[in-house]
Amino acid sequence: MKVTVDQERCVAAGSCVTAADDVFDQRDEDGIVVLLNPAPTADRAAAVREAAAICPALAITVEEGRP
Amino acid sequence: MTPPAHVLIVGASAAGLSTLETLRRLGHTGTVTLLGDEPHPPYDRPPLSKQILAGAWTPQRAHLRPAAALDALDATFHLGDPAVALDPASRTVHTASGRRHQADAIVVATGATARTLPGQDTVAGVHVIRTLDDATGLRAELTPGRRLVVVGDGVLGCEVAATAAALGLDTTLVGPQQAPMRAQLGPRAADLLGLLHTANGVRLRLTTTVTGLAVDGARVRGVETTDGQVLPADVVLVAFGATPATGWLDGSGLTLVDGIVCDAYCRAAPGVWAVGDVARFHHEGLGRDVRLENRTNATEQAAAVAADILGAGRPYTPVPYFWTDQFDVKIQVHGIPGPGMHTEVTDGDPTAGRFVLTYHLDGRPAAVLGWNMPKQARRQRQSLLTAMTTAPV
Repeated sequence: MKVTVDQERCVAAGSCVTAADDVFDQRDEDGIVVLLNPAPTADRAAAVREAAAICPALAITVEEGRP
Repeated sequence: MTPPAHVLIVGASAAGLSTLETLRRLGHTGTVTLLGDEPHPPYDRPPLSKQILAGAWTPQRAHLRPAAALDALDATFHLGDPAVALDPASRTVHTASGRRHQADAIVVATGATARTLPGQDTVAGVHVIRTLDDATGLRAELTPGRRLVVVGDGVLGCEVAATAAALGLDTTLVGPQQAPMRAQLGPRAADLLGLLHTANGVRLRLTTTVTGLAVDGARVRGVETTDGQVLPADVVLVAFGATPATGWLDGSGLTLVDGIVCDAYCRAAPGVWAVGDVARFHHEGLGRDVRLENRTNATEQAAAVAADILGAGRPYTPVPYFWTDQFDVKIQVHGIPGPGMHTEVTDGDPTAGRFVLTYHLDGRPAAVLGWNMPKQARRQRQSLLTAMTTAPV
């Protein structure tokens, strides 16, 4: 899967980090999302999909399939 | 158990759409119908008082999903047709247009409606902000230099006051509390929020209750307060809370007490669930019934309800969370600050404009607030998770 984040939309809730802290992080200074891994492995797919689903700012896009 | 062949979701905002999305994500392939009272495709509400009102975003940017993503959910949407009655026994919903929808499972996600002052609907220049049309209507009136009075000192009122002041309006915020958002933030952070507003040109009229509107012809000219004054206004925003949208459920047999009363699984009756702003559910961690009007609850509760519909439910015990952006400050609140709590700065420094505040009640962690420190506040949320997912002694 391929993951993209929209830092303009991000509201710094950090829900994505709670769901998948190996894929997402937050900037120390303002909490905006940082993408650690744009191409997570299949075993992380469910957690990443959940992160995208619970993001309150709709700032995470997941494209299924091979990166 | 067999998954329901037909799930009917009443409400097409964040909670309703998230229920549908989670059902599909969990592999449900049955029929799903989603009803919405507004004609718009599902859209997000937090940007209404900020980016949409400021004119930074087009209304389309607030849509929750692009059309292709909605199509891919393989559901039937009936928009612009409000539900008017529910019969829980036969699981049937009737709509304003005369349609009748029967289903095996019903999810009520009708949200809340803005409270209003008596007679305000007939007075020009007086607004609420709950829907996309409300936001674009208010936006059209926010011309720099005009006088805006915001009635209400909660999250929405404060956000609109901040947006309007930044747009160059002469802005007054009037409300009953000693400081803005005091009920949501506690006194310490609310005092700082009041200072933030004052420093940015918002005139605060605290501990003041509005009794009505002063009208000139068909248009508002001010708001009247209990101390007998009229606060002059060209435009008024009324934002003193919302009422759960349950009027259409009167006589349905569901228990309605400031929302639809549900159990810990968010079940309101056999085969009927409630989710989002409209749902008053039993929070086992807090040991009481709560109704949460915040954005993340809509999504998290929807996920819990979707799982329960498919037979994999668990008691829903969220750590309540909301954020608000006002001027250059991002506030994040995990948990529920309340009166009489002990507060302590655990990171940063209030005088530097960045800090984390923790709240304890009787020695038990109750809330964590971040003021321009979102990441650091989230990291301290863990203490709440433990406190809120285990029942109080």
